[in-house]
Amino acid sequence: MIVGEQKPITEIIEIIAPYKQLLILGCGTCVKTCFAGGEDEVATLASMIRLAFKKDSKEIKIAEQTVERQCENEFIQEAAQNIAKNDAILSLACGAGVQAIAKRFPKVPVLPGINTTFIGIQEQHGIFTEECQGCGNCGLATFGAICPITRCSKKLLNGPCGGSQNGKCEVNANIECAWQLIIDRLTQLGQLSNLRTYIPPKNWRTSISGGPRKLIREDHII
Amino acid sequence: MTNISNLQKILKEGKFAVTGECGPPRGANTQIINKKANLLKGYVDAVNVTDNQTAIVRMSSIAASAHLIKAGCEPVMQMVVRDRNRISLQSDILGAWSLGIKNILCLSGDHQTFGSQPDALNVFDIDSMHLLRTVKNMRDEGKDMSGFNLDDPPRMFIGAAANPFADPFEYRVIRLAKKIDAGADFIQTQCIYNMDRFTKWIKLAHEEGLTEKVYILAGVTPLKSSGMAKYMKNKVAGMDVPESVIKRMEGVPKEKGAEEGIKICLETIAKLRETKGVHGIHIMAIEWEEKVAEIVQKAGLTPRPLS
Ligand code: SF4
Ligand code: SF4
Repeated sequence: MIVGEQKPITEIIEIIAPYKQLLILGCGTCVKTCFAGGEDEVATLASMIRLAFKKDSKEIKIAEQTVERQCENEFIQEAAQNIAKNDAILSLACGAGVQAIAKRFPKVPVLPGINTTFIGIQEQHGIFTEECQGCGNCGLATFGAICPITRCSKKLLNGPCGGSQNGKCEVNANIECAWQLIIDRLTQLGQLSNLRTYIPPKNWRTSISGGPRKLIREDHII
Repeated sequence: MTNISNLQKILKEGKFAVTGECGPPRGANTQIINKKANLLKGYVDAVNVTDNQTAIVRMSSIAASAHLIKAGCEPVMQMVVRDRNRISLQSDILGAWSLGIKNILCLSGDHQTFGSQPDALNVFDIDSMHLLRTVKNMRDEGKDMSGFNLDDPPRMFIGAAANPFADPFEYRVIRLAKKIDAGADFIQTQCIYNMDRFTKWIKLAHEEGLTEKVYILAGVTPLKSSGMAKYMKNKVAGMDVPESVIKRMEGVPKEKGAEEGIKICLETIAKLRETKGVHGIHIMAIEWEEKVAEIVQKAGLTPRPLS
C-alpha cells in the first residue's frame, strides 16, 4: 500500500488559511489502513481545525467526505457535488489522489493534508516499513524477495558495504541491513550462489529517472 | 609519461608496499596539501586522496591528487559512487587520467547522513563493483560504459576496499572474489585492530586462491588516545576495536597515549609482514601525517624502493 502520515496541524492551518469553506476529503483505501486519511482521521482533523479557528476567533466552514479511492474516477465523481460547493479541498489521499482530484477540477484549489511517505507494508500494528520504490523492473527473484534498491541505504546490487555490522545498517541502528537479510534468506533457500555472479548496473530508465511514467494497456482502453 | 604507477611497479616486483593517506582541505588551500605531501614524501609509495570522506565537503579528490603530483607524491585517487552518477564518474576518470593520476580506489562512500550536509540527495546510480568494472573496461577494452571507443583511454591501476570486520563475515570473502573479478588489482583494508579476525579473513582468502590474484594492503591507523579508540569503536561505521586494545590505551597515562598508539601500530605492522597474503600496508594516520615517517622508519620499511 501507499503509506502516508498526516501533516502537522500547524502546517495544515497555514495552508488552509485563505479559505472560508473547506472540504476535507478522505480516502478509504491505503491511507485509511495507515491511519492517515480515512473517515476517522477526516472527522478528527475537522474538529481540530474547527477548534483551532475558534480559538483564534476566525471562521471556517468544514464539510467532510471520504470516498473509497481518490485515485479512481468513479469514486472521485461521488465527491463532485461536494467539491463544487466548497472553495478548497484538503485531500487526505496520497500525492496521487491529490493530483487526481486537481486534474478533474481545474478551478478548485486542492491541498495536501498528508505527507506521502512510501510504498510499504504494516509490519506490525502501527509500524509501517518501506519495501518498494516502484523501479519499473523488479529484480526480487535474484535477491530472495528482499529489495536492495529500497532497503539498502546505498542501493547496492552486489553485496553489503563495509558498514554492515551485527545485521544493522551503518546509517542507523534502527535500520536492518538489507544485505544481511538477503544473505540470510538466500542461505536458507540454498540460493547463495545468486550472489557470486556480478549483477550489472541497473537500467534506471524504467524508474522515475526516465521521466514521469505512463502505462498504457491497449486491451483495457474503451 | 609511463603508464605504470609506482605502486603497481613495487607490488609487481614483489616488494612490500606502503601507502599513506591525505585528506583534502575544507577549503581551497593548497598549502595544506603541500605540507602533507612533504611529510609523506619518501616514506610511502603512494598517497590515498579521500573523496569527501564521511560526506563532508572538501576539495575534490581529483584536484587534490593533481596538487600532490606537483608536490612530488603519487596519488591513489579515491572515488565514491555516492555523489556522482555514471556519466559524471566516467568523465572524471578521463579527466583524472589526463592529469596524470594513475591509481584509483573505487568505493561506495559513507552515507551522507554522517556528514555536514545530511539533507543532500544521494546518487548511488552504480555501486563500487560497477565502478571497478567500468575502470577496468576503460583500461582493457578502451571503452566507456556505452561501449564507445575512447580516444586515449585511461589505464589505471585499480583498487578496491575490503572490510574484514563488517558482517556477514562469511560473505566478505565472496565479496572480495567479486571485486577481483570486477577489476580490482589491489585491495586496501579497513584499519586493523582485531588481528584475529583479520587473520581468519586473509586465511580464507588465501585458501580461495585470492591472495594470488590481488595485492592486499592491510590498513592500519595509529591511535592517539584511549578516547580515540573508543570513538572509533562506537562511532565509526564498520570498525572493530577490541576491548583489549581499549584497555591497553587506557592503561597508560594520558601523555603517553600517542606513544602507546604508535607502539600498537608497529606491533600490528610486524605481524602483518609475517602474514601470508599481505602485500603491503596502508597507513591511515588521520590528521597525524607527521607520524608516518616515524612509523615507517621504526617498522624498518625505509628507504622506499622508488623514492
Ligand atoms: S526491484 Fe524495483 S519493483 Fe522490485 S521491489 Fe525493488 S523497487 Fe520495487
Ligand atoms: S549497511 Fe547494509 S543496508 Fe546499509 S548501506 Fe551498507 S549494505 Fe546497505
